Amino acid sequence: MTSTARRLAAIRGDAPPKRHNARTIAALTGNPGCARRAVLDGAGVDKSALAQRVGFPARFGQSRFAITRGNAFEAQVKADGGAELLRLVATRLGVPVPQRASWTDLGGADDLPDRRERSRAALTATGPDAALFDHPLLGLDVAGQRVHLEPDLVAARLGGRFHVVEIKSFPVIDGQADPAKVSAAAVQSAVYVLALRELLAAEGRDPESVSHEVVLVCPRDFANQPVASLIDVRKQLLVLRRQLDRMARLDDLLTAVPAGFTADPAAEPATLTAALRTVPARYAPDCLAGCELAYFCRDEARGQTGALGRPVREALGGIAEVTEVLALATGERAADPEREEAAALLRAAARLRADALAGHHA
Amino acid sequence: MSTLRALARAQAVAAGVAQPVATVRHLHVAQRPLVLVPLAMAGEAHAPLAALVGTAPDDARLLIVPQPRNRDQRFRFVTELAGIVLPWLDDFRGVAEAVAVDRGRDVRYRYSDAPQLWVPNPAGITFLRLLGRSTRFRRPDGDYPVHPAVPLLGRWLTFFAERAEQPGSSALLAMTDALTLHWATGQSAVEDLHLPALLGWIDPPAGSTGVEVAARAEDPAVCPPAGPATDPEFDNAALAPAMASWAAADDDPAARDEAYAELVGLLRGQLAPTWELMWRGLGLLGALPPGARVAGRWAGDRDAFTSYAEHLDADGGPQPRHDGAVAAAVRLHRLERAATSYAVQRAYDDPLVMAEHRLTGEAFVGDVTLADPARVDDSGKRPVLRPRIQVVTTEAVRVPVGATLWSTARPGQKAKVVFVTPAADGRTEVVLELSGGMGRGLTAPPGTVPQVGERLCLTTLSEAFLPAGAFPTADETPWTHGGPPLTDPSSGLSSVVG
Repeated sequence: MTSTARRLAAIRGDAPPKRHNARTIAALTGNPGCARRAVLDGAGVDKSALAQRVGFPARFGQSRFAITRGNAFEAQVKADGGAELLRLVATRLGVPVPQRASWTDLGGADDLPDRRERSRAALTATGPDAALFDHPLLGLDVAGQRVHLEPDLVAARLGGRFHVVEIKSFPVIDGQADPAKVSAAAVQSAVYVLALRELLAAEGRDPESVSHEVVLVCPRDFANQPVASLIDVRKQLLVLRRQLDRMARLDDLLTAVPAGFTADPAAEPATLTAALRTVPARYAPDCLAGCELAYFCRDEARGQTGALGRPVREALGGIAEVTEVLALATGERAADPEREEAAALLRAAARLRADALAGHHA
Repeated sequence: MSTLRALARAQAVAAGVAQPVATVRHLHVAQRPLVLVPLAMAGEAHAPLAALVGTAPDDARLLIVPQPRNRDQRFRFVTELAGIVLPWLDDFRGVAEAVAVDRGRDVRYRYSDAPQLWVPNPAGITFLRLLGRSTRFRRPDGDYPVHPAVPLLGRWLTFFAERAEQPGSSALLAMTDALTLHWATGQSAVEDLHLPALLGWIDPPAGSTGVEVAARAEDPAVCPPAGPATDPEFDNAALAPAMASWAAADDDPAARDEAYAELVGLLRGQLAPTWELMWRGLGLLGALPPGARVAGRWAGDRDAFTSYAEHLDADGGPQPRHDGAVAAAVRLHRLERAATSYAVQRAYDDPLVMAEHRLTGEAFVGDVTLADPARVDDSGKRPVLRPRIQVVTTEAVRVPVGATLWSTARPGQKAKVVFVTPAADGRTEVVLELSGGMGRGLTAPPGTVPQVGERLCLTTLSEAFLPAGAFPTADETPWTHGGPPLTDPSSGLSSVVG
């Protein structure tokens, strides 16, 4: 065990590291500047339990209706050995629909090393025929740890190129889908593209044979008829690589973390709260949608202009504290020279607001 | 986000209560609005689950779908909704007024009032748009016939959803949008989308602050979400078992009634708090004095309602899935004009909105110190009345010489900047030459030229009429834009996502 790994284990406590999946890895790209998040995620801390323990439980419930529907749609699309899926994917890619294609289910309850080996062998074996691989077991290095990904996805090999196929149950209506859901799916797919490329590269194969265009299969309009769309995930791949590289250099981040830092959910809440405050977070309202610890960080960021959203902070001249903004606006506090411009703007704004509200206007 | 609005947010944080960002109301609040609070089934493609709907606080009708995956039940819900919405729409078709057109050479008619629909949040508007999309192409005949009211409601819902895209329209409004247009809270825009938290900031109960009420409102067990998405915990712990017992009681009428009553109770419990908030929000908005130009914009909504009602009377077809190239360009042009004119009108109506433009240098306020109302420019072919005034302002003047300004007090009059001279103590003297709004003679009627001592707000924002652009007809769509559209409506389906 390296010193970093020992350090991370100490931060985490007794529990084994929380398993990552494509969703959690995708979430890492959300707020790359947050050191608190990078350390906690790097250590594999159970952030949900941690948030609960410090009194700010996360709310990331999933409705069972949504789960049922998602599973049913996936089963429907994958039925008949993927014949319909193959047709959809080939048509969308503009290649002739193959007469036949092999369907390899790499899933199962086997032990991990065996499954990993089976996935590796199946995906790197060359063959002229079209092939679909269900439930491949992929891996990625996240903060120095090997993370296994067990996607529900299908990797399609058509014309010698791999395409990641993601099946999602949100609808595409008249060619349009919920942009937030599409972008979440794109980031997740990018995680798989990256993992698949690494697997091929490790075997000396061309990683570029995994296309950056992923196929998203969704129900069309208001029925259950599937429709395939292409998404270019090159941008997501860049962001993801950058964030994974950053996490690989966790040592640098850890030097700034106090020696006794703990995020063990079994520790006393007061200890945890005090410890968490020693590692700076970069809270933004977007965190509420993606990070389990967001409510804690929001509470901590109360009184900061950044907690009102980045555009608000920018409009206030980048000044961090609400109290300072107001003091500068009323002229109670004189600004230091580099903030004089922002202060002048705030003073003007405060005067105009007061005038208009008092009815002294043109 | 303007600095002025951002400052209002900072002030709200300090005060613990939302701060006004408008001094007048910028939207129309109808006498008899229809409030609709929809809930959708999680995971399904916009399957309605329930709705509370009505035109008065004590007149809430609850519609529910015991099994939203069942198509027949979904369409029964839509038929019931149509039974409420369509008669309400018809009530506005009683009285019409004559409007002069073509410079008074002709008249057309428009209804004296129009329907106004309120939902809790922008997601509610999306829900209605998609409910309209899923119903407007249905047919009362053919393979899967539906009640004739279903496609009609679908067309109307689509009409409302399209109006909601137009800046300044008050036909279909989201309560969170309407409230944040007038108040700034001490939380982020994302958090403002949650109606209970937003109203908690704007109108906290005595003795509590906005932060406290908003924090309580975030617990879905205390404060159900304002829809259309339901609380997953509610789905898992309450709704799913209740739906299961309704389904299980298939051939036992007594058990079925009981299970149905259980569902009704559960869904009413989720919807009723939002219903109360909607009317509280309407009360707050109604208490604001309306802006001077709100009635004019509402007349636009009445025009749109009248012409769509006439379109349907003439057996007009449903709105297409996609606009053709020309129709899309026309729509975009219309929306851009509406957005520009709405921004200008709000600034003219509301000094607090104009203050945002003053801060960015698009407007300034000053006192008239000199006036020459009788000045005549005789350098051209014939003499014209061109009075000059000098305005002194303490604000920064960021308009160049030669620019044209307008005064909020006399929107029909142009003021050309002739000189800009810095004066003592940071003041600026601006000399302006006036034209327009003074009659046709060489003497300005009293009151048409600002007098010495008058305070003016001068701005680059113009209320002048924006001429509509010229577009080719659909059959003349240029080849650069795909040529004339094909007649087969299904061929236009695009596969581009996101």
